[in-house]
Amino acid sequence: MGEAFQLALDSAPFLLKGAYYTVILSLGGMFFGLLLGFGLALMRLSRFKLVSWIARIYVSFFRGTPLLVQLFVIYYGLPQLGVELDPLPAALIGFSLNMAAYACEILRAAISSIERGQWEAAASIGMTRAQTLRRAILPQAARTALPPLGNSFISLVKDTALAATIQVPELFRQAQLITARTFEIFTMYLAAALIYWVLATVLSHLQNKLEERVNRHDQES
Amino acid sequence: MIVVEKLTKQFKGQVVLNGIDLEVKEGEVVAIIGPSGSGKTTFLRCLNFLEEPSSGRIKVGDIEIDGSRPLSQQQSLVRQLRQHVGFVFQNFNLFPHRTALENVTEGPLVVKKIPREEALALGRKLLAKVGLAGKEDAYPRRLSGGQQQRVAIARALAMEPEVILFDEPTSALDPELVGEVLATIRGLAEEKRTMLIVTHEMGFARDVANRVVFFDKGVIVEQGEAKALFANPKEERTRQFLSKFLNA
Repeated sequence: MGEAFQLALDSAPFLLKGAYYTVILSLGGMFFGLLLGFGLALMRLSRFKLVSWIARIYVSFFRGTPLLVQLFVIYYGLPQLGVELDPLPAALIGFSLNMAAYACEILRAAISSIERGQWEAAASIGMTRAQTLRRAILPQAARTALPPLGNSFISLVKDTALAATIQVPELFRQAQLITARTFEIFTMYLAAALIYWVLATVLSHLQNKLEERVNRHDQES
Repeated sequence: MIVVEKLTKQFKGQVVLNGIDLEVKEGEVVAIIGPSGSGKTTFLRCLNFLEEPSSGRIKVGDIEIDGSRPLSQQQSLVRQLRQHVGFVFQNFNLFPHRTALENVTEGPLVVKKIPREEALALGRKLLAKVGLAGKEDAYPRRLSGGQQQRVAIARALAMEPEVILFDEPTSALDPELVGEVLATIRGLAEEKRTMLIVTHEMGFARDVANRVVFFDKGVIVEQGEAKALFANPKEERTRQFLSKFLNA
């Protein structure tokens, strides 16, 4: 037991470096995924059928294919078309594109759930569509969207382990490398699992805090 | 002030409004009554283009909109018109994530872009006017229906509209809360504000409106000076409709 502990301690710098990449991939994937997802959600809600269909097909494709396959297409497939990406950007792009599909559906549903009267009330005081979205609809839609977005984010944190398969030196990859050297399989993978757990727990906590904040007008008098 | 010419509205092949002509003068209070499904609410919603008319012209002040042209082609004109036409909804439609004061200042701040201090002062003044001083920081869900509707009236007033449209403003309220909202509207009538009110409150229509317009099946069947129309309706359909209220 003492030896295993010593090993975990010696490997800590490598695991933490891996965790650093995991966080980068998670935050980056979430950030760009949300941006793109928001754009897609607006496209989905557009009154122009073609625009709406493009977003629909995008979502269908990225939700209907394995994330692992998407990463392989981007990292191993694109070079054949002359697009060579380093592992980290390739993974970031993959996670962002994938996240965007889920974010799109969550945001679309949240925006659609706001009753028509809110659009009408904003229109009746002369607001533009953009002002209505920003001032009236999105703040309310955010409350609906936050729990599922938080869940998607936590899934994303765990899915970043897939980046190990395209050579990104993230947490799981580091654990694999150390294991190959030391044969301490159980200890290393357990240590990696614990770090994922900590990350996910911190995120859930932040998610709860954020939800409390946006729901404050329900509690206060 | 308001001129409506040959306004029609078809919806899924059904004729909801069949050629409405109406003129409203400045300072006039017009009550619109009629059975449900008569098109009176649709008419009111067409006036600020919450519903898209099929044809006809609507003129408010200097702004004139041709209802037969698609709204998407004249959006900025529609927005201009809406700034001059306040609307009070049956279900209040307050912004639930904003306080009473924020609901009222939203239009002045975001649409008219007046300075914050000025907007806040205006908002406080209007809340006091509708009897809600002290409720500035309350969120809508903490307010009664009557209070919410009065905030909604203050929100409409904050844009300093030339006309205010009321769509059954007391229909969603508990009976004991109707009075406070009607009293607020009565106060506005005494200030000689131009208002169109779709309502089922016949006593209120008779006492407060200058003119009553009776809608049925998408047309104006009869209109006239409020007290005269209630006392002595000329059309058989008006008589039938009013008798249901008098006997009830």
